[in-house]
Amino acid sequence: MAGFLQQVIVGLGTGAIYASLALALVLIYRFTGIVNFAQGELAMFSAYVAWQFTAVGVPFWLALVLALVVSFAGGMLIERVIIRPVEGAPELTVVIVTVGLFIFVNAAAGWIWTFLIKDFPNPFPGGALEMGGLSVGFGTLGVFAVVGIVMGLLYLLFQHTKIGLGMRAVSTNPESARLVGIRVGWTLALGWGLAATVGAVSGVLVAPLLFLEPNMMGGVLIYAFAAATLGGFDSPVGAVVGGLVVGVAETLAGAYVTAIGPDLKVGVPLAIILGVLLLRPQGLFGRAVVERA
Amino acid sequence: MSESTQVSDRTTTREQAPVRPGATKWRWAAAAALLAAAVYAPFQLVPFHVFQLTMVLIYAVALLGLNLLVGHAGQISLGHGAFFAVGAYTAAILLDRWDAPYPLTLPVAALVAFVLGLAFGVPAMRLRGLYLALVTLAIAIFLVPLLKRFEEVTGGSMGLSLAKPAPPAWTGLAEDQWLYFLALAVTVAAFLLAASLLRSRVGRALHAIRDNEAAAEVMGVRPAYYKTLAFAWSAMFAGIAGCVYTWVIGFVSPDSFVVNLSITLLAGLVVGGLGSLSGPVLGALFVMFVPSISQDINEAAPGVIFGLLIIAVMYVAPTGLAGLAGRATNSIKKTLRKG
Repeated sequence: MAGFLQQVIVGLGTGAIYASLALALVLIYRFTGIVNFAQGELAMFSAYVAWQFTAVGVPFWLALVLALVVSFAGGMLIERVIIRPVEGAPELTVVIVTVGLFIFVNAAAGWIWTFLIKDFPNPFPGGALEMGGLSVGFGTLGVFAVVGIVMGLLYLLFQHTKIGLGMRAVSTNPESARLVGIRVGWTLALGWGLAATVGAVSGVLVAPLLFLEPNMMGGVLIYAFAAATLGGFDSPVGAVVGGLVVGVAETLAGAYVTAIGPDLKVGVPLAIILGVLLLRPQGLFGRAVVERA
Repeated sequence: MSESTQVSDRTTTREQAPVRPGATKWRWAAAAALLAAAVYAPFQLVPFHVFQLTMVLIYAVALLGLNLLVGHAGQISLGHGAFFAVGAYTAAILLDRWDAPYPLTLPVAALVAFVLGLAFGVPAMRLRGLYLALVTLAIAIFLVPLLKRFEEVTGGSMGLSLAKPAPPAWTGLAEDQWLYFLALAVTVAAFLLAASLLRSRVGRALHAIRDNEAAAEVMGVRPAYYKTLAFAWSAMFAGIAGCVYTWVIGFVSPDSFVVNLSITLLAGLVVGGLGSLSGPVLGALFVMFVPSISQDINEAAPGVIFGLLIIAVMYVAPTGLAGLAGRATNSIKKTLRKG
């Protein structure tokens, strides 16, 4: 039983990371109706930016803050420059543009920092907290703390600030928001900047666990997609719950189902996506959209 | 090749050239000239270039399938490399375990890919195109560890090595030339099949759905049925391409079919041109030659070029190189008529 709980804790730790990337996906989807296939690559790029700062001697936490600022500016810039021209275009066009962005960012990181694996400093101490036979690594606790802080800040921003109110208005109805004087274009850019920042957090948290290299986020992205699908693509709470569920499901499947094992657990997100699409397409917390022709 | 189909897109300027009686004749002449050049080429080139052209033909078949889905049905697959791999492995396993004759591997590979496409298309197609992209991406990522796991059948990470089809003595061809002609025959057959498919009821239904799903549904076209069918057909073409790949390379391993292959295929198709029959050929040339040329600059150069080009193409020329070529010919014709 203790072993089982131990696995659940490990799963929650990885799940928290998936949750943060899923949250970034959901943020952009809520604002722009776009599923950003480049989200993982942007997170990877942010992790490289953080690494670059630490490599020139900036202390870790300052490097993290700098990387988040760069990511925020980068996210806004991408929305202004790359996404803006295809705003309102058919889904096919937008998805292809984000796939192009995916390829470009991935290759650009390889070009700047080479494809060699880089060692990313782990911000958390190595030990573990022992509680009634269970050990919770400080790393896992740190991940929880960071993801928790990010969610709390987002909640405060959306529910208790004027900017957040404007953002909610834009995501509900862009036309009406424009009529009451909200600058919709800038709000959308702000949404992309926020998503890139949240994604950057997941990139920085993943980098010490996996190794930092340009293809690092490819696998994580698919877990985040599964998390967002499970929680509902338009629900931030769903993204967090989905991320945790996917993380636990993946860890348990890898540990206890011998037919799956550690090598095939990447099939878990595929199974979850297919299952959700068949049984409850809008996800656990999502709204079912009735389309009117 | 009678229809000049274009991606329905707000940014597209729909310039349907009026089809004059002479135009079709010219198209056939151009296709015949291209085919003649394709038959003549292997006798003039060194074996390595013949091999490269063979790969172009294989990619063209895969892109043709992807084009059915993306260009004609308006759905996105980020995992066509997986169906390519399924075709390649089906052929390889048939050859390796059962010593199946080469011609037999092609229909079997096609059938397996078709059935798999149908199976995954059913859940994904009930919803919007976006979910198909997610599911296919997940399939492409999942396939590599899956192939490594069933080592006794697939050869695991080491892959399977096979003998290539030997040229029959009466042809007097070298091995590379024979493989080239096999690939050429499959490619021509695949293009004819795709062209007639698009001109049939299925093709018209797909265009109707792509251009206006609600209107198509009102006219009695079932979107989910046709989209699933389009996905299965396009998976089948990818499977056929994979099978020919196995013949030509004589070796399959999981690491030849990583996610990058799927994404490169989509990139090639977008740059080549969505929704036209010449797009896949141009895209295949692109997929084959841009990486090998630009790799000299930097390992990452092909990716940077592909990524930027995809975005640029979606902005300025949503019909890709094929569309640009079509526009250029049209304006030349206009100038000629005026002069």
